[in-house]
Amino acid sequence: MTRTSSIRILDINLTDKKFQVKEREDLAPFLGGTGLATKLYAEYVAYDKPPLAQEQPIIITCGPLSAIFPMATKAVATFRSPLTGEWGESHAGMRIAFAMRFAGFRAIIIHGRAERPVYLSIGPNRVDFKDGTPLWGMPTDETGRILRQISPGQGFRSCLRIGPAGENLVAFANVNVDTYRHFGRLGLGAVFGSKQLKAAVIYGGNSEPIPDPKQYREVYDTIYHLAVNTDIMEKYHGLGTSGNIAALSALGALPTENLQKNTFEGSQAISGEAFARDTLVRKVACTGCPVGCIHIGVRRKLFAEGHEYESTYIAYDYEPIYALGTMLGISTQEQIFDLIDYVEQSGMDVMSTGVLLAWLTEAYQKNIVTKEALGIEPAFNNVDNYMKIMDNIVSQPNELYRLLARGTNQAAQKLGGLDYALTLGNHEMAGYHTGYGNLVGLALGPRHSHLDNSGYSFDQKALRNNLSREQVVREIIAEEKWRNVLNSLCVCLFAREVYTRENICAALACVRINMTGEGLEKLGDEVFRLKNQIRLQLGYNPGNLNFANRFFETPAMGQELDREILADMINMYRSQAGI
Amino acid sequence: MPKLLRADQMKKCIGCYSCMLACARTLQHDFSPRKAAIQIRSVGGLQSRLVVDICRGCTDPPCALVCNCNALTPRRGGGVRFYKDRCIGCEKCVEACIVGAIRFDEDNKQPIICIQCGTCVKYCPHEVLSMHEV
Repeated sequence: MTRTSSIRILDINLTDKKFQVKEREDLAPFLGGTGLATKLYAEYVAYDKPPLAQEQPIIITCGPLSAIFPMATKAVATFRSPLTGEWGESHAGMRIAFAMRFAGFRAIIIHGRAERPVYLSIGPNRVDFKDGTPLWGMPTDETGRILRQISPGQGFRSCLRIGPAGENLVAFANVNVDTYRHFGRLGLGAVFGSKQLKAAVIYGGNSEPIPDPKQYREVYDTIYHLAVNTDIMEKYHGLGTSGNIAALSALGALPTENLQKNTFEGSQAISGEAFARDTLVRKVACTGCPVGCIHIGVRRKLFAEGHEYESTYIAYDYEPIYALGTMLGISTQEQIFDLIDYVEQSGMDVMSTGVLLAWLTEAYQKNIVTKEALGIEPAFNNVDNYMKIMDNIVSQPNELYRLLARGTNQAAQKLGGLDYALTLGNHEMAGYHTGYGNLVGLALGPRHSHLDNSGYSFDQKALRNNLSREQVVREIIAEEKWRNVLNSLCVCLFAREVYTRENICAALACVRINMTGEGLEKLGDEVFRLKNQIRLQLGYNPGNLNFANRFFETPAMGQELDREILADMINMYRSQAGI
Repeated sequence: MPKLLRADQMKKCIGCYSCMLACARTLQHDFSPRKAAIQIRSVGGLQSRLVVDICRGCTDPPCALVCNCNALTPRRGGGVRFYKDRCIGCEKCVEACIVGAIRFDEDNKQPIICIQCGTCVKYCPHEVLSMHEV
């Protein structure tokens, strides 16, 4: 049972196959999620060791509202990123937070390295270190199928697993969570792989009496009503995030063909509207979310004469369509589905993969890499060749592919082509070229993710409301701090307008946590400060950020960007943030 | 007129578990959907379909038939009434319900019984569940 006055932690050591359960009252002020994962990371990190050293921890947390309030569906992982060498943080949905809550753990810490491949089976009353040897080498879907077959807790479990990319330590490998969600971006899959940890099944069966059923029902109803009966969440449930393809292309903010362009001529065929019309078959939800934003499309493929078809059900969103579609000049849904499917099965981050392939295509055009070393010619809109290249990135048959598996920045540092290597803070860019706010937000945010502070949204707001640069920076920092609060609660960021200060405090009161709006703000400040302190110790240097020329060559929403203005805004951020 | 729970639109289910949470909090005063009388699950993972285990509202319910202490009695229109204070936790009803709608609550040593109250229906965001007059 979850106790509200303390945080229950499962601490697993893979090296000696031992675990401990700890109750920590001192951690209660951090609530859960990113706050808790940051605080624990500071305790467990080995600053002097590389990201894939066995001492490095993986910390996974859920929050006090997880599973019991609508859209409180996220879990947070912290680790040292093998892609950047710095702060690693990633968030995932589906059923993980639900399973963790009813398994009784607010945090799971995994460190050490198994002698041979293992998977973990974690439940309320037991933790098993299971032999994962037969699973090693398997794609993510087959791994999931077998684990479902042999694990307890159907309907109440979450299944985390890596694919071959994580096993082979591809620096941007991800962890698949329950088929359709992921711990993506900064390479948690490689950290799993380095520990010979193929998977973790978490199952929850605990009960948890409600302290005040009437109070809980009232607060639940308020939040449920906002989610279901108002239009706040409609854009996520309706077309979904893929609605951004047409919108951003029209704005001239859609990175296309390695950001040589900011609109995509073929965007109509791969817009959210087009996917909904042609291939959308259903929507699913993370457990505990009545919205259902996960859009599943069908890829129907003729595999032989005589009307022989196979069908695959693949999730799509804005980011995969941007990264494997517009960035690579691909304008059919079928081809995008094929690329997404490969990325899913091998277990790679979709955005990093797309940006890397886009950079490689241009690097090849500019004779920085040769066909001899690659074996295949990368070309925009050539899916077959991209598939073969991805295969080689995963298997790494030669030195060039071993380098590419370390990510775009590492490859460009070594081979050249930094002018068009689209990384920010050494992390492949998200699908927005909206202006200064986006660049500042991505370069300085802890995850170098558009979700850190949504810098891109302030570019659009600045245009509409004529905001000054100072105001944009101020809003980015305020947003980043507030998101530290939302992410400590582990509510989905799509629900940020539902989870107002008032609603959060009311929800926390239902689990006997007394919190004020001011207390929440303080928590956001503290997590922001602590994260930056850790990042600096990990080697992050905000005074030494590189920006590819391409960001200034291709206009962002009709505006040509200026390096000096960007430098000014970065200085403003640093001075306001104290870094 | 009595009403019975139906889940005849399961193809629309998004797997949000809002129904289970509602049942558990309303009838068992527990956060955990493990305590719900309605159980949603996937068959073959999330790539395949979602299914539901619910009380089918038998007019001559086998669970009541095997209940020798009269804790379960047939309800007018179908399904059962559950008298908790009469239940001794023998679990015969669990075995008798071949559609798997009754599970045993190990915490309080009693079965979890659907009373056809319709609470789950009110929290279904996708019109999967409904109450039908019988």
